[in-house]
This record gives sequence, C-alpha cells and structure tokens, in this order.
Amino acid sequence: MEVTQILFWFLSVLAVGAAIGVVLSKSPIYSVLWLIVVFFSISGHYILMNAQFLAIVNIIVYAGAIMVLFLFVIMLMNLNADAEPAKNKYLKFAGVIAGMCLMIVLVAALAESSDIKVSLARGSDVGLIKNLGRSLFTTYVIPFEISSILFLSAMVGAVVIGKKDEQKQVNP
Amino acid sequence: MLVIDWAIFIEKLVLIISVVSGSLVIAMYSTYMERKVAAVLQDRRGPSRAGPFGILQPLADGLKLFFKEEIIPSFSSKFLFILGPCLAMLTAMMIGAVIPWGNKVHLFGRDISLQIADINIGVLYIFGVVSMGVYGIMIGGWASNNKFSLLGAMRASSQIISYELAMGISLIALLMVTGTLSLKEMVGGQMDHWWNIFKQPLGFLIFLVCAFAECNRTPFDLAEAENELVGGYHTEYSSMKLGFYLFAEYINMFLSSAVMVSLFFGGYDIPFVNDVNLAQNIGINWAAILQGLCLFGKIVSFLFLFMWVRWTIPRFRYDQLMNLGWKILIPMALFNMIVTGGLILLKQNNWHF
Repeated sequence: MEVTQILFWFLSVLAVGAAIGVVLSKSPIYSVLWLIVVFFSISGHYILMNAQFLAIVNIIVYAGAIMVLFLFVIMLMNLNADAEPAKNKYLKFAGVIAGMCLMIVLVAALAESSDIKVSLARGSDVGLIKNLGRSLFTTYVIPFEISSILFLSAMVGAVVIGKKDEQKQVNP
Repeated sequence: MLVIDWAIFIEKLVLIISVVSGSLVIAMYSTYMERKVAAVLQDRRGPSRAGPFGILQPLADGLKLFFKEEIIPSFSSKFLFILGPCLAMLTAMMIGAVIPWGNKVHLFGRDISLQIADINIGVLYIFGVVSMGVYGIMIGGWASNNKFSLLGAMRASSQIISYELAMGISLIALLMVTGTLSLKEMVGGQMDHWWNIFKQPLGFLIFLVCAFAECNRTPFDLAEAENELVGGYHTEYSSMKLGFYLFAEYINMFLSSAVMVSLFFGGYDIPFVNDVNLAQNIGINWAAILQGLCLFGKIVSFLFLFMWVRWTIPRFRYDQLMNLGWKILIPMALFNMIVTGGLILLKQNNWHF
C-alpha cells in the first residue's frame, strides 16, 4: 500500500467511527467533540485530494467557529444525559428510516458518478488557492457576489434581532 | 510498496524536535524573564536565590509543579479534565510548524530548509490553529464543574472569537499587499526591501492588539481575572496540569511574537545588511546562524513588549473589551482594508483615477 492509501483508510475509519460516536454518545458535549473529530478527518480527506483551501476553511469555519458556538450553548444550558427529554418510540423509527433513505440516495448518487473518481485519481490542482480564487472571481463572480450579499443581510438580520430587547427595556 | 524518503523524514524529524524543545525552553525562560521584567518595573530584585541571578528559577518552579499533589475534582469528567490542558499545549505548539526560522543551511551535501512545512496556505493554517486554541480552555473550564471556571471559559472563548474577526480583516489588507499566503514567500518579499510594517502600520497595530487578546494576556486576561473569578478557567487545576496551562500561555506568546515578526518585521531579515551578499561572503551556514539570531532578537523584543504592557496597563472591563473589539477594531480594520485595496488599484493604474 502507498502512503496516500494508508492515510485514506485511516481517515475514513476515523471519520466513520467518530460519526458513530456523535450519534451514540450520551452527553451532548461528547457528541460535539466527536463532531470536531469528524470535521478534522474530512479536512484530511480534502488535503489528500489536494484541496488545501477547502480543508483549512473547513477547519476554521466549522471546527473553529460553529462548533465553538455549539459547545458554548450546550455548556451554558448545562444539558445532561438525564435532562434530555424522552423521545417517542415512533419518532425514533421514523428517524432511522429517513436516515437510511438518505444513505441510499447518497450511495446511489456516488455510484452513478464516474467522473469524480477519474479526476480524484489524477490529483487535480483545482483546489489550490490560486486557481480557486481565479475561478471564483471570473467564471462564478455573480453567484459569489450574490451569496456574499446574502451573508451580509443575514448578519444585519442577526444584529436587528439582537437589538430588539434593548429597545423594549427602554420603552416598556 | 511503502516508499519513504528517509533523508527528508529524518531532516524534518530533527527540525520538529528542535522547534518543539526550543519553544519549550524559551517558554520556560520567558517565565524567568517575566519575573525579572516585573521586578525591574516595580523596583524590586526579582528571583535571585536559585543559581547566579536566579537563573535556575524556572527549573525550581517546574520541579515544584511536578511534585505538587494532583487533584481531580470528583464530580468532573476525568477524561475531559485531563484533555483540556493537553489541547491547550498541543494547539500552542502547532503554530511553530509554518514559521520560517531561517533561510536554509547546507549540511551533509544537502540544502535543508529551516521551516518545517512550507504550505501555500500558511497564514490560514495559523488561523485554523488559533481558532482551535479555544477548545483547551473551554473543555478545561467546563470539566472543572465549577461556576467560576465555566464563566472564565465562556469569557475566554467569546473574547477569542470576537478578536479573531478583527485579526482576520487586518490580515486581509496585508495579504493584498504581499499577494501570497505562504509565510516563506512573505518573509522573502521583505528581505532587503521595506518591511511590511511600513506598508501596513494600522494593520500591524490592530494585529498586535488582537494578538494580546488571543494570548489572554493583560490587559485582556479576563478569563482569569482573579478578583472576579478566583482563578478563571484553571481554578480547579493543580500540579503540572496547571503548569501546562501557564506554559501554553508563554508558548502562545513566543509563537505569536514569531508570527508578528515574520509578517510585519521581515522575519529573519538582518536590517541594513544585504543578506544575499552576506551569504556569499561568509557562507550559507554562517548567514543562517546570524539570521536566526536576528529573528530571535526581534522575538525577544516582542516578548519584552508583552511583559511591559502586562505590568503597566490595568485590566479592561468586560464591556470595554467587547466595545473595543467590535466597535473600534473591526471598523478600523475594514477601513484599512478598503484604503489598501483602493491604493493597490490606483498603483496598478499608474496613479491615474
């Protein structure tokens, strides 16, 4: 086996194992920590595919910011395993069936796509930051700008929602 | 078939070990330096008993920490309680991987680069690691099962997240000027030219303030404000686990100084000397040693700045901290970014509107 192959299997086992850990662990804190491990192993996969920018942004945004907020909220609410509300049995069944349906769709979609395998095996340079920036600001400039305006409006919306309480306190 | 280039493997291994142990030793002696600087600023003598000038004081401190009783609170999660300081230490060490410690040396007939990993996303890597740094504090503070620790951890994480934004925006302007994300190329662009501090003075100021906040140093050490929170996130820690947290702070300080020097102060560039000519005159290896010493001198002066500020400026209040981060630093960084972008466009247009 080559080094990349060993790394691939290691990262895959880590990702799947950690994902199972997210679902199975009793305490929500451990779930979040397992989820962080999942993000790291997925970033490792991105690096194997030579998509360094995607890998590091995945770590900065998901593992570094969003998961910190998750931990923040869970720690502040002090959720414990015994505080978790008991779920309906039928709800669990529905969840299992829905998850399996999603998995079938994903596997079918991956099995159909033969192009991805070819381009991955070649190790393309599309994921390098220079090429990515060039294509983002030339070919895909309109969707890129539109999505950035969407983000900005979401940010402004969050600020507006956060401000409402203050005004209520001033004029009760 | 497993093919490994053993020469590169050994070369990198030696480099990693020397960088890690080097930053540990420097962190050890920055505790000594901190106490001496504090003593000078407060007109005292500082540590003076262990060895000449108290030079063995860090060893004595370390020995004391190792032999203290280790206490794990009975209600806390033991695994997470131990994981906290380990993560703090790990993330503190990881930044050293992308910093160019020198140009290159010629040993055993090989050119050896004095940088562990020259990745083309070096600056983003630093951001990733810094954003990971908050986990050590958060997990440790939560696992202590203590209200004060939890409050300290919350403060630390919200502070680090808030200041990361301003830090990132201030760096975008620098990236637009240099046009690269690799630290090696950034330092190379500053060799025998103007340092980036002259091109981005406002960006540097913002970055410096944010670096203080990211390292949890006074005036931003609200995570361990002892008059409000007992000891902050490490209230429940004792023995070497406490030592790890304290040590991680000094390693963070050392490596963030190294990052600042590499980004804004020319890295291993020797000021007023043409480095290429120097390397031709006295040989690559001697030039590398001189450059390393120069880098080290710059880093030590930054460490002194950290300590000087700590013993001069009082702690911020929490709302002041948040106001500074969100209402002053971020708008300033945005302004800096827009002005820099405009100037770069003008320059590409040969200074015509």
